[in-house]
Order: sequence, then C-alpha cells, then structure tokens
Amino acid sequence: MRKFTTTLGALLVMATSSTFADGHKVKVGMITTLSGGGSGLGIDVRDGFMLAVKGNKNISVITKDDQRKPDIAVQLADKMIQSDKVDVLTGIIWSNLAMAVVPATVNQGKFYLSPNAGPSKLAGKGCHKNYFNVAWQNDNLHEAAGGYANSAGFKNSFILAPNYPAGKDALTGYKRFFKGKLAGEIYTKLGQKDYAAEIAQIRASGADSVFFFLPGGMGIGFMKQFSQSGIKLPVVGPAFSFDQGILKAVGEAALGVKNTSQWSKDIDNAANKKFVGDFKSEYGRLPSLYASQGYDTGKLLISAMSKAKIKEMDKFRDALRKADFSSTRGKFSFDTNHHPIQDIYVREVIKEGKTLTNKIVSVGLKDHSNAYVSDCKM
Amino acid sequence: MTLILFFEQILNGIQFGTMLFLMSAGLTLIFGVMGLINLAHGSFYMIGAFSAALIAALTDSFWLALLASLAGAAIAGVLIEIIIIRHLYRRNHLDQVLATFALILLLSEGVRWCFGAFPLYLNIPDILNGTVPIFDNIIYSKYRLFIIFMGFLIALGLYILITKTRLGIRIRAGQNDRQMISALGVDISKLYTIVFAIGASLAGLSGAMIGAIQSVEVGMGEPILILAFVVIVIGGIGSIKGALVGSILVGVTDTIGRIFLPELLKVFMEPSNATSVGSSIGSMLIYILMALILIIKPSGLFGKS
Repeated sequence: MRKFTTTLGALLVMATSSTFADGHKVKVGMITTLSGGGSGLGIDVRDGFMLAVKGNKNISVITKDDQRKPDIAVQLADKMIQSDKVDVLTGIIWSNLAMAVVPATVNQGKFYLSPNAGPSKLAGKGCHKNYFNVAWQNDNLHEAAGGYANSAGFKNSFILAPNYPAGKDALTGYKRFFKGKLAGEIYTKLGQKDYAAEIAQIRASGADSVFFFLPGGMGIGFMKQFSQSGIKLPVVGPAFSFDQGILKAVGEAALGVKNTSQWSKDIDNAANKKFVGDFKSEYGRLPSLYASQGYDTGKLLISAMSKAKIKEMDKFRDALRKADFSSTRGKFSFDTNHHPIQDIYVREVIKEGKTLTNKIVSVGLKDHSNAYVSDCKM
Repeated sequence: MTLILFFEQILNGIQFGTMLFLMSAGLTLIFGVMGLINLAHGSFYMIGAFSAALIAALTDSFWLALLASLAGAAIAGVLIEIIIIRHLYRRNHLDQVLATFALILLLSEGVRWCFGAFPLYLNIPDILNGTVPIFDNIIYSKYRLFIIFMGFLIALGLYILITKTRLGIRIRAGQNDRQMISALGVDISKLYTIVFAIGASLAGLSGAMIGAIQSVEVGMGEPILILAFVVIVIGGIGSIKGALVGSILVGVTDTIGRIFLPELLKVFMEPSNATSVGSSIGSMLIYILMALILIIKPSGLFGKS
C-alpha cells in the first residue's frame, strides 16, 4: 500500500511539473574554450551569449571548458546530450572541434547554433537542417580580404594560415576573390608562435603584400615579429588578429592595418549601441567580434523561442531560419544552408586616446553569402 | 631558394635552439640531480613571462623586466620546491608526474585569476628593435641575435658553474651518489632547493625573452615543455652538454624541415597539396629525429647507459 502511494505521489508530481514546464523552457549546453591558449575567444563568446540571455527565466545554460581539445569537446557533448538532456548546443570556437562535435549532435536531434566556427564541410556537403551558423562561413572574412587586396592594387600576395580546417578555408577564401598572383603560400603549425622562418621566406619572396589568418595568440606573435623584421609590406587579414581582446597585446605594431570583419563596434544601429554599452558596463571592457557573435546567437535563440516550442522541432527550426532578431550587425538573414547573408566591412586599426581599436573604412562585400550553398542538400 | 635564405633559416634554427636550451637545461639538471620528472617546468616559463610583463608595465624598462622574470620564477621555484616538490623526491616517477601535472593546472588557473585570460603586452626595447646586416647581405633581427647571444652566454655560465665552482662540484657529486654526498656533510635539501631555483629561473628568463616577441598568455609554457622533453631525451637525460647539442639539433631540424620540405615536395606535387603535406611532415620531423637517435643510442647522445 505504501509503495502504491509513493508511486501515486511520484506520478502526481510528474504530472504537475509537466504542466508547469509548458515547453517554453530551453536548456542550452555551451562548450567553449575557457582555459589555456585561446581562452580569450571562448570567454568573449560566453560573456556575449550570457549578456543576451540575461534575465530570461526560460533559458538555462550549462557551460563547460573544452580546453581546445577535440576529444574533450566530444566527451562534453555526449554528457550534455545524454545526462544533462540539453536541447541546444553552442559555443565551439575552433573548426577542428566543431567538426568533431557538430555532426553527431545534430544527428541526435539536437540543434547546434555556431557562434564562431564555420568550416566549409558543414556549409556544403555536410550541412544539416539542425545546424545554424550565426557568425560566418569560415571563408567569408578572407574573401572580403581578397576583394580588398584587389581594390588596394595588390598584385603579388604572400599568404599564410595554420594547418587545420579553418586555415585551409581561409586561404581558399582569399584566393577565391584575389585576382593577383601568389608570391608564396605557407601552412604553419596550429598554435605556432614563432614566425622567424616564415618571415624570412616573405622577405625573400618579392611579394607586394601579406595576407595572414592566425587567430588568437598566434597572430600577436606574427604581427610583433613582422614589424620588428623591418619589412615594410602592407598587411591585410581577417579581424581575428586585430580584435579587441588582443590588440592591447599586439601594441602599436597593429596600427593602420586593414582587416575585414562582419562586425565592428562603430556599426551604427540601435542593437549594436545597446550591446556595446551593456557589455562595457557588465564586464568593464570593450566587446570583441567574438562577443558580438555570442550575443547574436543568444538573441537568435530568444527570437525562435518566442515563436515556437523547442519540442516541436520543425516549427522551432522554421523560427530559427527566419532570424527575426535585431542583430548587432544590422541586416542579417540565413541563406538556404543556414549560414549568414551579411555585409562584411573593411576596418582599420586606430588609436582612441590610449586604447587601440578599429573603425570601419568601407563595406568590403555587400549582402555576402557563401560559396557552398549549392552543395548543400537538406 | 638562395644561399642567403638558407643561411638565415639556419640562424633562425639556432635561435630557436638556444631558447629551447634555456628550458631544457633546467629540466635536465633537475632530473639529473634530484631524479625528478618536473612537468610543471613550463609553468615557470609562464611565471617568468608574466612577472616580466608586470614589471615592464610598471617601470617601462625591459631590462628590469628580464631581472624580474629571473627573480619571479626563482622565488616561485623556491616556494614550490619547499612546499610540494621536496616531498616527491622519494616517490616513484608516476607520483611525480601526477603531482607536477596538478601543479600545471593550479599555476595556470592561479595566473588566470591574477591577470585574466587575455594576453598581456610585453615588447622588446627600442635598442634591439629592427635589423642588422650580417656579411653585407643577410638582414637579421637584432633581438634574435640578442637571444642567441644570451643563450650561449648562459650555456657558458652553466659550464663554469658546474665545472669550476664548489656548488658545481656538489651538483655533480649529487648526480653521482646522493647518499655519499649527504654522508659527507653536505646539506642535500638546501642543494636541491638551489638547483630547483636555478632551473626555474632559467625557464622564467626564456619565457620573458620569448614572451616579448610572441605573446604572454596563460598556457604558453606547455607547447615548449613538450619540445624540451624531446631535447633532453635526444641529448641524454641529466646531461647539460646533451641539452645544448639536442636543443640546437631540434631547433635547426624543426626550422629547416617546416620551410624546406614543402619546397622539396613542390618538385613532384601540386603546390597547395605540397604545402599542406609538407608542413604536416615538417612538424613530425623532430619526433622522427628523436626515434632515429633512440634506435642508435638508446640513452641519448650524451646519456649514461
């Protein structure tokens, strides 16, 4: 009898709790890099995301550190899906980690919203209806850099990037738009910090310009060593080596460098002003493009939650696809492969008082999508 | 591929090697004297760099920052030796690896608490900024020449310390027979603390010198730690001479490999494939070198079998 009452009681509790949880709640698992090299990027994404969902009682977030290691990211994802029962995963910075986690996640019927990594495989043949990229397809900023190089009159570029999926996407992206010749092309080790050998190659190559994609601490080392080498060639690159988090560490060596970005703190719209102001007062520092991506990811999720319940996956997916939120970037929509169509700007590193930061010089590519749309069959 | 470029790359390899030497000299000394496998050696590299960045920001002087890196890492070394490491000498290597691995995590998190996760600024002094011509046609960075100079200066200093001073005699005696030297009345635990502090401060100095041209950030020591272990395995564990030869060998092999292998492969491969395959093999080259040396000399180039 007693056993029967407890069972009854348990059933009753379950029934009531399920009426309270009316399907509007969403559990988010955030896997990102919070320790070791490259942790600045993950912390910015997390802080941007948390700022966006701050005060929203229907969203709960579990955050875990992947230490930039694919095997750890996979373990975390398995645990979040199987024992924490999250509905949505997000947060991964690095493309090699995304390639390890995303396919398994979306195949288990979870949504993945990428706040950063956008490897070409996941945009083309490996695209999936549950995968949305809120940042960019990896090639995008590099394509804009290639376009900028044409308009700046560069004819002979030396290009380098780390040897991992995003590095290959970077050089492919630059070459897709750059019309000149290549003076040299180098893949460096991921995490490499010393570029003496590469800089010697650049000096000997007879190039008229240098394009590089070296995110995080890698770019700090390269820019400092390049400016010390006395080579006077113009440098162009994506925003990753010139974003707010690392400009302080690069120092004056970065002044005047042109870089391409889908976001800048001086984009003139209400959502961006609010974001920059809120971020500064919440965390006491200027936001980076990573923070803006995390923030937009949070806002996208909230916009979809106001339209549909997470358990009704098809409706929820349609709501995500509409991208009905005011992005910090202004105009923002998804192409059919769930990657952004957006403007990509050319920025220049300037000094505001004592702080190094960026200002927009021109629009590099307008309403830019990506090259893999036609490869994607959903 | 000109001869000038080749020579410049050799110089780059030597410069990389001298930096590795500062790391591996301490590591091999600590292992040789105390029999301790110290995974946390890379943390002293980080502590040195952060001490330097802190002092450079306060005083604007690179030279004071270099001194601070030596002092900061040495102080951290003494404290950690007395509080933790001392209890590990009698334990087996697995315990040492576990404990010093835990130290890596603690120190990295500790530094992150104090300084935040974003890289710090540390730059080279104006006097070393820019380049100098060597033999008229090779243009080389002044700062990198300074690093090579410092590396060899410290190698010489260590040589004199080990062979000509009383402390050096004790260190060598400690390497040979620990029980005998303590039976002869040498304060062995003080000797151990000194050796550990020397190792830590060398790592700290190299962290500051390299931090100035790369980046000062949490976790900067671990990649270089792996290379330092490769170096001491190649050179023979416990041998400073082996560490010097091993460092230069690894430095030159790594630099030459990652630059010239892609060029070589371009002869019979499509350029973009050649760069990608070449740089992949290039980064394996030092491990292949290590394997080859271990096949020929299982205890390393200068190791005691």
